[in-house]
Amino acid sequence: MTRPPIPLPPLRRPRSADLTATFAGLPLPQGTDLPPYRRRELVLLVFAGVLATSALAALTFADIGELSLGIFSIGLGFFCLWALAHLAVRRFAPAADPVLLPVVVALNGLGLVMIYRLDLAKSQAAKQAGTHIPPSAAQVQLVWTLLAVIVFVLVLALVRDHRNLARYAYTAGLVGIVGLLLPIVPGIGTSINGARLWLRVGPFSFQPSEVSKIIILIFFAGYLENKRDVLSLASRSVLGVKLPRARDLGPVLMAWLASLGILVVQNDLGSSLLFFGMFMVVLYVATERASWFLIGFVLFMIGAVLAHSMFSHVQVRVDGWLHAFDGDNPSSTSYQLVQGLYGFAAGGMTGTGLGEGHPQKVPFANTDFIMASLGEELGLTGVMAILTMYALIVLRGMRAALGAKDPFGKLLATGLSFTLALQVFVQVGGVMRLIPLTGLTLPFVSYGGSSIVANAAIIALLLRVSDSARRAPEPASDAPLFDPGAVADSPTQVVKTT
Amino acid sequence: MNRPVRKVAVACLVLFAALLVNANWLQVGEASDLKTQPTNGRQITERLERERGTILAGDVEIARSTPSNDQYKFQRQYPAGTLYSDITGYYTLFTAAGLERSQDVFLSGDDDRLLASRVTGLFTNKQRRGGSVVTTILPAVQQAAAQALGNRKGAVVALDPSTGAILAMVTSPSYDPSPLASHTEKTATGAYGVLSGDPAQPLLNRATQQTYPPGSTFKLITAAAALSHGRHPDDRVPAPDELALPLSTVRLPNFGGERCGDGETDTLTHALTISCNTAFAQLGINLGAETLRQQAEAFGLNSTFPDFPLQQARSVFPTKLDGAQTAQSAIGQYNVRVTPLQMAEVVAAIANGGTEMKPYLVSELRGPDKKTISRTDPKELGKPVSSDVAAELTTMMESVVTSGTGRKARIDGVSVAGKTGTAEHGTGELPHAWFVGFAPSDAPKVAVAVIVEDGGGEVGTGGAIAAPVAKQVMQAALDTP
Repeated sequence: MTRPPIPLPPLRRPRSADLTATFAGLPLPQGTDLPPYRRRELVLLVFAGVLATSALAALTFADIGELSLGIFSIGLGFFCLWALAHLAVRRFAPAADPVLLPVVVALNGLGLVMIYRLDLAKSQAAKQAGTHIPPSAAQVQLVWTLLAVIVFVLVLALVRDHRNLARYAYTAGLVGIVGLLLPIVPGIGTSINGARLWLRVGPFSFQPSEVSKIIILIFFAGYLENKRDVLSLASRSVLGVKLPRARDLGPVLMAWLASLGILVVQNDLGSSLLFFGMFMVVLYVATERASWFLIGFVLFMIGAVLAHSMFSHVQVRVDGWLHAFDGDNPSSTSYQLVQGLYGFAAGGMTGTGLGEGHPQKVPFANTDFIMASLGEELGLTGVMAILTMYALIVLRGMRAALGAKDPFGKLLATGLSFTLALQVFVQVGGVMRLIPLTGLTLPFVSYGGSSIVANAAIIALLLRVSDSARRAPEPASDAPLFDPGAVADSPTQVVKTT
Repeated sequence: MNRPVRKVAVACLVLFAALLVNANWLQVGEASDLKTQPTNGRQITERLERERGTILAGDVEIARSTPSNDQYKFQRQYPAGTLYSDITGYYTLFTAAGLERSQDVFLSGDDDRLLASRVTGLFTNKQRRGGSVVTTILPAVQQAAAQALGNRKGAVVALDPSTGAILAMVTSPSYDPSPLASHTEKTATGAYGVLSGDPAQPLLNRATQQTYPPGSTFKLITAAAALSHGRHPDDRVPAPDELALPLSTVRLPNFGGERCGDGETDTLTHALTISCNTAFAQLGINLGAETLRQQAEAFGLNSTFPDFPLQQARSVFPTKLDGAQTAQSAIGQYNVRVTPLQMAEVVAAIANGGTEMKPYLVSELRGPDKKTISRTDPKELGKPVSSDVAAELTTMMESVVTSGTGRKARIDGVSVAGKTGTAEHGTGELPHAWFVGFAPSDAPKVAVAVIVEDGGGEVGTGGAIAAPVAKQVMQAALDTP
C-alpha cells in the first residue's frame, strides 16, 4: 500500500510574494496556494525550444547558406517532445521547480544540434573520400531522447511519493550491483574503447552503470536514513577529530571496495570516482560529521595510489595529463586531449560559430569530447553559459533537498544533485585538462542513450522531491502516527518514524 | 540536515567555479600558445579554408584561390606555371615562400588594414577574405626575360631606374608551385622533396638569394670611385699588358692577353669600353681598398635592401685587403660577391642621375572588394654618385655598347648604356657571363642585370652571352607603353 496522495490546494491567482518564492526556489509560506509554476515552466520551455531551433538555423545557414521551413518544423517537433514531459509534470508534480526541466531541454537541444553538426562533417568527409556515409548519430540520439522523455514521464507517474522508494532500499542495492556487473557477463557485455561498460542488444548498446548509479544511490539514501544515528555516534577523538567506531566503517569500506572493483573489472576510472564521491557526500549529509570526509579522503588517496601503481592504463592517463605536450604524447597518448584543447583555443572568446569550426578533428567529438566541440564553435561564452546551466540544475536540486521534509528525500536530492555536479566536473575538467581524463559522458548533451535516459530519470526524481518540498505541509492531525496496515504490507522491515 | 546540504551545495559551486576559471584560462589566456603548437593542424585548415587574396602582375593573376571540392574550401593556383614562381613563391599545407610568405598577413585577410571588410563580414556571416597584392612586374618584360634566358642557369632583373620598381625578375631553372600547393600531403611533400633535392637548386631565387663574383661589371663601381675622386673620363691611366701585383709574384694579365691603349696607358673611357683589367686593377690600388669599399657600400653592398619582400643574400665587398687583393677586387674578382638585384641597382642609380631608388616589388594592396588600400611610393635609398659622375659614367657605358664589349646589346634607334662582365669562379669552371645596363641612356626607362651561370655552358664572354639577353629584356620594356 502506498501513502495517500498529498492533497493539492485549489489554484488561485498568485501574489507577488509567491512569484519571488518561485524564482528563489523557496518553499511557499504556509497557507498560500499554488502559484502558476507550470505556466512559467512552459514559458521557459518555449525559450529553450527557440534556443535549440536558433542553433539549428545558424548551423544550417552556415552549412548550405539558406534556411528552410523544415528547420522550424524540426524545432517544433523537439519542443512538442519535451512538452510531453511538461504535461507530465503538470499532472504528477504540479508544485515542482519550474526551472529544472527547461534548462535540461536547452542543454539537450544544444547537444542534439552539435551531434547533428558532427554528423554533417562526417558525411561530408565520407562523400569526399567516396566511402559509405555513416548513419546519423543525431537521429539515433533523437530516438533516445524520446525514450528519455518516456522514462521521465514513467518515473513521475510511478513514483508518486519518493519516500516509497526507501522501502526498496536493499532490493535497489542488489539490483544496482547486479546491473554494474552485467557487462562482464560473457555474451551480453561488450567492450568499447578498452572499457567493458556496455550491454549490447542488436544495434543498441547500453551502459548500465548510468542507471545503476541512481539505483545504488536509492540504496545509500535508504540505508543511511536508518543508520545515520548509529553512524554519527562518536567513539573517540583523535587530534580533535571525532572518529566513528571501527565497526561502523563497514559500509564505507564496502563502497570503497565496490568502486575499486568497478575500476578493476571494467576499467572505468570515471564511474568509480563518481560512485565513491556520491557515497561520501550522502554519508556526510546523513551523519553531519566531517570526519567521514577525512576517512574518505584517506581511502581515496590509498585507492588512487594503488590504482596508479597497479594499472598501466591509469599511469598512461596520468602521464597523458601531466605531460600532454611533451615528447610524443601529443600524437600518441594525449592525442585526443590535446586535439580537444586545440578546439577550445580555436574557439576563443566568441567561438567560430556553429558549422564554422572543425570540431570533427577531435576523436569522440560527439561523446566524451563534445564540450571541446561546443567550446570551439560557441566559444568561451557558450562554455560559460552551458556550465552555468549545469550549476543551475545542481543548485535547484540542492534547493529541493533543503526543502524536503524527510531525510530520505534530502539524501536522495543531495546525492543526485552532487553526482550530477561531480560528473560535469570530472567530465569537463578532464577534457579541459584540469584533472586527468576519465571516460564519462556530459549529461543531456553527449551522444549516448544510457546517459540521457538515466539523467532524465534523475531530473524526474529531483522534480518529485521538489514537488513535495514546495507543498504546504500535511495537516498533522489527519495523518496517523502509526499505520499498522502500511507495516503489514511493507516489503522491508523499515519502520517509519517520521 | 540542512547545514551539510548547504555545504555540499557550496562545494558544488566551487567545482563549477574551478571549471569556469579553467575555461577562461584555456580559451583566452592560453589560446594563442595552443594555437601555435606544432601539433596543431587547425592553423593549416583555417588558412586553407579562407579565400586567399590574388597576386597580380598588371592585370594578370599570377597566384589565385579558386573554390575546391575537397576537405578545404579553396585551392591555390599558379596559372603561369614556372614563369612567376620566384616572385609568388609557393603556399603549401605547411609552409610558404616568396610573396606568399612575406605578404601572408594581407593575403590571408588578417591585416588590420582589412578591418573594415572584416567588420562587415561579421554581420553578413561571410568567411574572412584576403586582400590582393599587385606586383610591379610587367608580364611582357617577364615573358621576354624568361624566353631570352631559356634553359640556361642564371637570373635577370629589370628595374625602372626612376622609381626602383622591379619590372621583371626571372631565375632559371625555376619550378612550378602548383604541385607544392596540392591538398594531398603526399603529392606536396613528394614534389618538395624532388625540388629541394635537385642539384640545380630550382627553389633558389638566383636574382636575390644567390651571390656571384661581379667580374668586370664591378669596374663601374671602381670607375665611379675614380671619377668621384677627381679623375676624368679622358684621363690616361696606366694600362700595362701585364700588371705585377704588389707583394706578390702573380702577374695580372688582360683578358685574352689583349692590349689596352698603347700598352702603357689608356683613357678611362677606353679602358672601360674594352674592359681593361690592368688599368682598373692599378686604379683600384691607387684609390685604395677603403675608397673602393666606401663607393661599393654607397651602392648598397655589405647590406641588404630594406623592406624587400623576398629573401635576400647580402652582397659583399670584403674588408682588410692587401694590395694584390685590392687590385683583384677592383675588377670584381677575389671575394667580391653581388646579387643580380644589387648589380641592377648599381646601373639603375647611374641611370637615375646618381640617385639610387629603393627596389620594390609590391606596388599596390587591394581589399577583397578590389579597392585600393595602399600604394607604394618610390623612395630614395641614397646618392652613391653625383649627377655629374653619373652622366660621365653613362657616356662611358654608351661607348661600351657602341664600340666596346657590349655591342650585342645595341638596339636600333635607341641609345643603350651597359657593361659586360666575364667572372671567373674556380679553376676548371667556365666563367659567368654578365651584362648590366640601361636604356634609353638619355632618358632611362629600364635598367637591367643579367647573369648566365658558367656562360650557359658555352665558352664566351658576357658581351657574347649575356648582352643579347639584356637587349631583348630592354627591348620588351621599351615596347611596353
